[in-house]
Amino acid sequence: MIRAAERRDVVEVTALDAQITGLPKPEHWMELFRRQRSGGGAPAGIFLVAAAPAEPERVLGFIVGEIRAWEFGSDPCGWVYALSVRPDARERGVGEALLEAIAGAFRQAGMGKMRTMVARDAILPMQFFRGEGLMAGPYIQLEKDL
Amino acid sequence: MKLQVASQLAVFSILELVAEPNRQITVADIGAKYGISTNHLAKVMNVLGRAGLVRSVRGAGGGFQFSGNARRTTLLDVIDLFEPRGVRAPETGEPGRHTAETVALGMVLREIDDTVRATLGSITIATLRDLANRQRAKAALAT
Repeated sequence: MIRAAERRDVVEVTALDAQITGLPKPEHWMELFRRQRSGGGAPAGIFLVAAAPAEPERVLGFIVGEIRAWEFGSDPCGWVYALSVRPDARERGVGEALLEAIAGAFRQAGMGKMRTMVARDAILPMQFFRGEGLMAGPYIQLEKDL
Repeated sequence: MKLQVASQLAVFSILELVAEPNRQITVADIGAKYGISTNHLAKVMNVLGRAGLVRSVRGAGGGFQFSGNARRTTLLDVIDLFEPRGVRAPETGEPGRHTAETVALGMVLREIDDTVRATLGSITIATLRDLANRQRAKAALAT
């Protein structure tokens, strides 16, 4: 089941992310959690978690996104910032369910486009998003050493 | 970017085999659909067979079956069997081998090559099949 993240989930989200990336970032995840809005108007931040119905407090995966407008000249669209699934819960449709849920939230807020950014060498996430029908968009990310 | 004919045939052939996993498909079947000689296709299937992506079943009713994993095999896995690798360093005797200009041009070409390889490496056969099915559905809706 997919539900909105609650404050107590942030600990598990932080642990799951640290397990995957090797870098704990509790303040970062708490900040993203706080950005959620409830009630009136379009949600600025969307933070969803997946949990098994039998263990609703155990986070199997999470997704975080936000509606952003006019950055880089872009029309308002939904951005997916982070998506992670426990290694022992993969290949069971958890990531797909999370992506579908956030796409539904973006759609409900009137968005017609969903975007994300993936490192070129991150093969699994890249294949996952491609498998969900995402294609390269009209922007190219540029950068420079400072 | 343009793929060599052999690469295109390899991708099309695999898609045909994946579409009917319980049937052995002959090179004549695929050749008839894409209008290509069975001789050319046989060579392509031979390369795919050596790479473990297809297996041939001999005898009456024989043909080819896909033996890879459609959710894991990428376009890059297939195309790399037929295409020369992308950017390479200039060889002895080529102009500008040791110049900063060659290094600079190499950086740009490597960027292009990296992007192409990342794209091909991110599209699995299953993803391409789904993409083709969506195109088919869209075309059917338009008619």
